[in-house]
Amino acid sequence: MKRSKIPQLYGLMAEFEDPTDVVTAARRTYEEGYRRINAYSPYPIEELSEAIGFHRTILPLIVLIGGILGGLAGYFLQFYVHVFDYPLNIGGKPLHSWPAFIPITFECTILAAAFSAVFGMLALNKLPQPYHPVFNNPRFALATRDRFFLVIEARDPKFNHEETTRFLQSLGPYEVIDVET
Amino acid sequence: MSQRVDEPHDDMRMHITAPVIEPGYDFGTVTDKISAIVLRRRTPPGWFFGFSISFIITMILMVTITHLVLTGIGIWGNNQPVGWSFDIINFVWWIGIGHAGTLISAILLLFRQTWRTSINRFAEAMTLFAVACAGLFPLLHTGRPWLAYWLFPYPNTMGIQPQFRSPLMWDVFAVSTYGTVSALFWFIGLIPDFATLRDRAKSRFFQVVYGMLSLGWRGSARHWFRYETTYLLLAGLATPLVLSVHTIVSFDFAVSVIPGWHATIFPPYFVAGAIYAGFAMVLLLTIPIRKLYGLEDFITGRHIRNMAKIMLATGLLVAYSYMVETFTAWYSGNAYEEYMIFNRFKGPYMWLYWLLIFCNAVAPQVLWFRRVRHSNVAIWIVSIIVSVGMWLERFIIIPVSLHRDFLPSSWGMYAPTLWDWTMFIGTIGMFFLLLLLFIRFLPMISIFEMRTILPQAEIREEEA
Repeated sequence: MKRSKIPQLYGLMAEFEDPTDVVTAARRTYEEGYRRINAYSPYPIEELSEAIGFHRTILPLIVLIGGILGGLAGYFLQFYVHVFDYPLNIGGKPLHSWPAFIPITFECTILAAAFSAVFGMLALNKLPQPYHPVFNNPRFALATRDRFFLVIEARDPKFNHEETTRFLQSLGPYEVIDVET
Repeated sequence: MSQRVDEPHDDMRMHITAPVIEPGYDFGTVTDKISAIVLRRRTPPGWFFGFSISFIITMILMVTITHLVLTGIGIWGNNQPVGWSFDIINFVWWIGIGHAGTLISAILLLFRQTWRTSINRFAEAMTLFAVACAGLFPLLHTGRPWLAYWLFPYPNTMGIQPQFRSPLMWDVFAVSTYGTVSALFWFIGLIPDFATLRDRAKSRFFQVVYGMLSLGWRGSARHWFRYETTYLLLAGLATPLVLSVHTIVSFDFAVSVIPGWHATIFPPYFVAGAIYAGFAMVLLLTIPIRKLYGLEDFITGRHIRNMAKIMLATGLLVAYSYMVETFTAWYSGNAYEEYMIFNRFKGPYMWLYWLLIFCNAVAPQVLWFRRVRHSNVAIWIVSIIVSVGMWLERFIIIPVSLHRDFLPSSWGMYAPTLWDWTMFIGTIGMFFLLLLLFIRFLPMISIFEMRTILPQAEIREEEA
C-alpha cells in the first residue's frame, strides 16, 4: 500500500488491550504537550475523545440550521403554490390557510434536519475516505474488534522519533510501531 | 448508546432480572459471534427453506402487479360505495408494523433502555421493509403508478400543482420522509459494523463491498464523538417523526366526514395501534430467529419479556380506544354515528368485529400472567393473534365504515377478490424475502453497540 518510493513517517502508533489503559495513555500524552494525536477504538468512548482534547462539535448547530431552513422551505413552497402559483377558491376559504400547511412543514423540517445531521457528520469526519495511513499497520484491523490504538503524528511540533517512541513505550502498550504514509 | 455505566441501583436490580447479555463474552467473542453469521457460518437449512417459500410468494406478487398494471385496479374488489379497502388496509397495517422499529431504535435510546441494543438493528430493518411493502399499495392504487411523481410539486407544462391542504398529500410527505429518515438512521448505525466486516472478511469481493459501504470508517475518537452526536440527534428527530406519521395516516380518515372515521381520538388511537402491531411483529420474528441462529445469549429472555410487556400496555391503550369510540358514538346522539356502532356490533360484518375484540382486547390479557410471559411459545402465539387483530381493526375501520353510510339507497357489500389476497400475501412474501437477505448479508445485531454494554467497556476512573 506504499504510495511513494520513499516512505515517509506518518507517526507512531501504540496498541492497547484495555479501554482504561488507552484513556490513561491518551490523557498522559495530552498532558505531555502532544496535540496532533488521535485515538482509535472499536466502540465510542466518551472519555477517550475528551482525553485527546476533543469535546466540541458544531454538528448540532448545522442540524438546527438545516431544520429551520427545511421548515421554512416547506412552508413557503405551500404558501407560494396556493397563494400565487395555483390559487384555488374553494367555498371562499382563505388561500393562505396556514393550519393546513403545518403537517408538511413539520415533515420538511425533520427531513432537512436528518439530512444535515448525516451529511454534516460525514463532511466533518471527512468520510468517505478509503485510504488512511493508519491502515498500513496490519494489526489495525483489530481496531474494529477488540484493540485500542493511540497515534502521535510526525508533524506534531514536539515529535521526536526516539523520544516519542520511548515516551509511548513508557505508557505500557502492547507494542509501538512506526506508521508510514 | 453510551450507557456503559449503569446507575448503582441498577446493579442491584441486575441480580433479579435477567441480563441484557449473558456473561462470559468479551469484545472479541461478541464481534466474532455476530460477524460469523454473515462471514463464516454455513447458512442454516432453515434459511434456504424460508427463502424459497418467500421467493415463490414474491413471484406471486410480481404476477399480481403485472396483471394489475396491464388491466387496471378493477381487478380488486373495491368499488362504490367501498372505494377504499385492501389497498388502504394493508398500507396502514404495514406502516404500523414499521413503527415498532423506530420506537425501539429512537425512543428507547432516548429513554436509555440498554436492552434495546441487541434488537434495534433488526427492528430498524423490519421498519424499512414494512415501509417498502406499505408504499406499494397507495402507489398501485393510483392506477397509473408510472405517473406517481405527479404527487410531488414540480414545475410542469400542465400548469397544475398538488393540493397541500389534503391529508393525502400530507401522507405522501409523511411516509416518504419516514422512509428516508429510517433508511438514513439504519445506514448510519451500520457504518462501524461495515468496517468490522471489512476487516474480518476473507474474500476480496466482500472486503471491497463492505469497505466501500463502511466509507473508510476507522474508529477515530473524533469520528466517534461526532457519530454519537449524530445518532442522538437522529433519534431525537425520529421520535416526533414516528408519532407524526401515524397521526397523519389517521388524518386520512379523521379529516373526512364518514361516520366511523370522523373522530378526534384517531391520532393517539392509531399511534398506539401501530406500536402494538409493530411489537407483535418484532416478537413474531425474533423468537424463531434467535433460536435458529443460537442468539439466546444476546437476545435474552429479558428482551422477549420487555417487548411482551410493551405489547400488553399498548394493547390496553387500543382496547381503551375501542371503548371511547363506542361511547362517543352513543354520546353524540347522532343517528349516523349510532348506526355505525350498531352496524359493527350487529351488522353483516359483526363476526369480524367480535373477532377483532377477541384478538386485540381479550387474548393479550393472558400476558398479565408471569407464566405466560416466561413462555416464548405462548408469547409467539399471542403475537400472531395480535397481528391478525390489527389487520382486522383496519378492515373494520375502512370497508365496514364505508359500506353503510348516510343514504341506505347507496349501501352495498364488499368482498375481496383473489387478486386482493395475492397482493396482500405477496407483500408478506416480499417482506420475508428482504428480511432473510438482510440476515444473510448484514449483521442483524449491532456489533459496536453490543461492545458498549459489556462490563469490560467501562472505564475504571480510579485507575485512569
